[in-house]
Amino acid sequence: MFGKLSLSAIPYHSMIVMSAVGGALLITVVILALITYYRKWTYLWKEWLTSVDHKRIGIMYIILALVMLLRGLSDAVLMRSQQALAAGTSFGFLHAEHFDQIFSAHGTIMIVFVAMPFLVGLMNIAVPPQIGARDVAFPFLNSVSLWLTVAGAFLVMVSLGIGEFSKAGWSGYAPLTELPYSPGTGVDYWIWSFQIAGIGSLLTSINFLVTILKMRAPGMTLMRMPIFVWTALCTLVLMILAFPVLTAALAMLTLDRYLGMHFFTNNLGGNMMMYTNLFWLWGHPEVYIVVLPAFGVFSEVTATFSGKRLFNYTSMVFATIAIMFLSFTVWLHHFFTMGASPGVNIFFGITTMLIAIPTGVKVFNWLFTMFRGRVRFTSPMLWTIGFILTFSIGGMAGVLLACPPADYVLHNSLFLIAHFHTMLITGSLFGYFAGYYYWFPKAIGFTLDEKWGKGAFWCWLIGFYLAFAPLYILGFMGMPRRMYHYENLAWHPWLIVAAIGLAVILIGIVCLVVQLITSIRHRQAARDLTGDPWDGRTLEWAMSSPPAVYNFAKTPVVHDIDAFTDMKEKGVAYQKPEKYDDIHMPKNTGAGFVNGVLSFIFGFAMVWHIWWLAILCALGMLLLVIVRSTDDDIEYTVPAAEVERIENLHYRQLASAAATSRFAGGGSVPEIL
Amino acid sequence: MTTIDASSAGEFEHPDTIANQAYGFWLYIMSDLVLFGTVFSTYVVLSHNYAGGPTGKDLFHLPYTFGETMFLLFSSASYGLSMLAMQRNRKDQVLMWLFVTFLLGLGFISMEINEFYHMILEGNGPERSGFLSAFFTLVGTHGTHVTFGLLWMVVMMVQAAVKGLTPPVQSKLIRLSIFWHFLDIVWVGVFTIVYLMGVM
Repeated sequence: MFGKLSLSAIPYHSMIVMSAVGGALLITVVILALITYYRKWTYLWKEWLTSVDHKRIGIMYIILALVMLLRGLSDAVLMRSQQALAAGTSFGFLHAEHFDQIFSAHGTIMIVFVAMPFLVGLMNIAVPPQIGARDVAFPFLNSVSLWLTVAGAFLVMVSLGIGEFSKAGWSGYAPLTELPYSPGTGVDYWIWSFQIAGIGSLLTSINFLVTILKMRAPGMTLMRMPIFVWTALCTLVLMILAFPVLTAALAMLTLDRYLGMHFFTNNLGGNMMMYTNLFWLWGHPEVYIVVLPAFGVFSEVTATFSGKRLFNYTSMVFATIAIMFLSFTVWLHHFFTMGASPGVNIFFGITTMLIAIPTGVKVFNWLFTMFRGRVRFTSPMLWTIGFILTFSIGGMAGVLLACPPADYVLHNSLFLIAHFHTMLITGSLFGYFAGYYYWFPKAIGFTLDEKWGKGAFWCWLIGFYLAFAPLYILGFMGMPRRMYHYENLAWHPWLIVAAIGLAVILIGIVCLVVQLITSIRHRQAARDLTGDPWDGRTLEWAMSSPPAVYNFAKTPVVHDIDAFTDMKEKGVAYQKPEKYDDIHMPKNTGAGFVNGVLSFIFGFAMVWHIWWLAILCALGMLLLVIVRSTDDDIEYTVPAAEVERIENLHYRQLASAAATSRFAGGGSVPEIL
Repeated sequence: MTTIDASSAGEFEHPDTIANQAYGFWLYIMSDLVLFGTVFSTYVVLSHNYAGGPTGKDLFHLPYTFGETMFLLFSSASYGLSMLAMQRNRKDQVLMWLFVTFLLGLGFISMEINEFYHMILEGNGPERSGFLSAFFTLVGTHGTHVTFGLLWMVVMMVQAAVKGLTPPVQSKLIRLSIFWHFLDIVWVGVFTIVYLMGVM
C-alpha cells in the first residue's frame, strides 16, 4: 500500500535532523496560523497562488530562492563547523553519512533551488517590461514552471524528515548512485527533485525565448535590446539546449535504479563515464546559465549608477554570445582525470581558457563604463565592484585549473571548491543581490534601506574572503573536498578561519533580513512615487511602481538602446495619451498550482515506490492538461475607463513627487507636470 | 511617452497568439530533438555492449520493422491530407483523415509493443545488457511520444467535432502536425541507426 514507506523512515535517532525538522515545521505552522489569523487565504489564493502575472510569479520565484538560500546556508554552517572541529582525535558532531547528505543537499539546493529560481524570478520581473511587453508569451505556462520548481524544492525539504537525501554529491556520479551502492531513497529524492525542477526550467526557457524574440515593442531591434535582455536571451538558449540532456541523463539513471537497466552500471555493458559526460554536458552550460543573467544585472546597474550608457554595448553583446557558444565546448574540463588522450584534454583546456577572453572584455566594459562617469555608490554598485575584483581572482584560478597537468594535482581538492564558490557567489549571487535591490522598488513599490544593504555587502565581501581564501591554501596543502574528519592538523587553523568567515557571512544574511523588515516598516517614507527611483535608462522605469497589471497602457516605441533615457532627453517621457483603450489580459487559473501539487505527490510516490499513487497523479496531470486545452475563455478585459483611472492615479503620484522634488538623480522633471 | 495604437480596433491582444504558439512549439521540438540526440548518442556508445547477450543481428527482423515504418510514414501523409482539408475548412474531411492517421499510428505502436513483448518474453529485456537498455529506451522514448501523439489526436478529434475548426482548434492541429511529422523524422533515424545498422 505505501511502498517502501514506513514510520521507520523518520530519523528519530538524529537530534540534529529532528531539531531541523521541528524548526521547519514550527515556522510552517506559524506562517499558516498567521495567514488564518489575518484571514488572508482567499487573498493568497486569488492574487498569488493562481496568478499568471509575470510580476507576481517573479516575486514568488525570488521568495522561494531566498527561503532555500537560508536552507543551503544552514547546510554550509554544519559543514564548516564540523570541519573546524573534527581534526585529529576529535570527530565533531556529524557522522560520515550525515555529512555526505549535507554536502549533497547544499550543492543541489544552491544551484537548482537558489540560483535558478532567483535568476528566473529576476527575468520574470525585468524582461517583459524591458522589451515593452504586457506579459510573457505564455502566462499560464509560466505559472506551471513556477509550481514545478516549488514542487522540486518541497521534495528536498521533505527528504529532511522522511527518509534521507542523497549521499553521492550534487552531481550524483555513477556508479555510486546505482542501486547496489545507494540502496536507500536518498538518490531517488535527488533524482526527482532535480528532474521536476528541471522540466520547469525547460518550460521557462521556451516561454521567455518566444517572449523576447516575438513580443518586443516596435522599434526595439535585437541590437537595441537592454543588455539584461541579451544576457537573458543567451541564458535561455543555453537552457533550452542543455536541460534536455539533464532530463535524459536523469531518466537513464532512473531506469537503471527502477527497472534494472545498465546505462551507467559497472557490469553488463554499462558505461559509467557516459553519465559523467552527460551530466557536465548540462552542468557546464548551467554554470553560465546562472552567471550570464548576473552579468546582465551588473551591466544595467553599472550604466544606471554611472549615469552613462554602457561602454561599447556591441562588444558586450558579442562577448555574451561568444560565452554562450563556448560554454558547450568545455564540459570535459570537469573530469580531465577521466584519462582521455592528451589531445582531448588539451582541446578542452584551450577552449576553457578561451572563455576568459570574452569575460575579460566584459570586465573592461564595466570598468570603462564607470570611468569618468558620475558613479553613485549605492549598494547595487557596491555588489558590482566587489564582484569585478573578486571574480577576476576566481577567473584566474579557473585558467590555472584549465591546464590539465595542474588539474591533475588540484582535482577534487579544496582549491576547486574555492574556485567555483568564487565564481558562483560573486559571479551569480552578488549579481542577484544587486538585482534584488535594484528592481525591488519596481516590483514592490518602495526602495530598500540603504544602510543595512551596505552592511550586508561588507559582511558578505569580508566573510567571503575569510571563508574561501583559506580554501585555496588548503587546496595547495593537499586537502581533498568532502571530508567529515581529517588527521592532518596543519589544516586545522585554516579551517577555523574559514568557519569564522562563514560567521561573518551569516551577519551579512542577518543584515539582509533586518533590511527587509526595516524597509517594510518605513515603506511610506521610501515609497517610489515616480516609478523611476534611480534615474533608470530602460523601459521598466517608465512604468509606475509597482506597475499596473497590464504594465503599459500604450505600447511604447523605441528609438535607442537606452530607450527611457532617450524619451526623457527628448521630453516625451510621461506623455499622456489622447485616449485609452480596452486591454485584454490573461485570467488567473489554479491549474498551474494544482499541477505543481500533483507533481510533488508524484515525485514523493516514485521515491517510495507507491505505484498506485504515482499513476493516479500522472493521470491527474494528464487530465488537467486536457481540460485546460479545451478552455478557450482564458482572457478578461480591463476596460478603457479603468485603465484611465489607474493611469491618472499614477500621474497624480508623479505630480506630488515633482512637488516634493523626489525625482531621482539628474532626471529633469517632466514638463507636463 | 511616444505610443502607437496596437491595432486599429483599439484593442491590444497578445500579438498574433497563434503564430507565437506555433513558434513556441518549434522551440519545444528543438529541445525534444536535443533529448533524442542524447538518447541516440547513448545508444551509439552502448550499441556494442552486448555483455554476452544477443546482438542486433539476432533480434531484429527487418521486414517486420519495415512494415512498422510504412504505418508511420503513411500516417504522416494522411495527417498532411487532414491539414489540406483544414485549409479548405472541411471539418468532415479533417476528422476523417485524423481518424485514418490515428488508426495508422495505432498500428505502428501495436507492432512496436508486440516486438517488445516477444523480446522480453524470450529473456532479452532491457536489463539483459547495456545494448538492450539503450535499445529499449531509444525505441521506447519514440514510442512514448507516439502514444502521447495518439492521445492528443483523440482529444483534437473530439474538440474539432464539438467546437468546429475554431482558431484555437486550428492552432492546436497545426502544432500536432509539427509533432507528428517530427516523430516521423526521428523514426527514420531510429530505423537507420538501430535496425539497418544493427543487422549489418
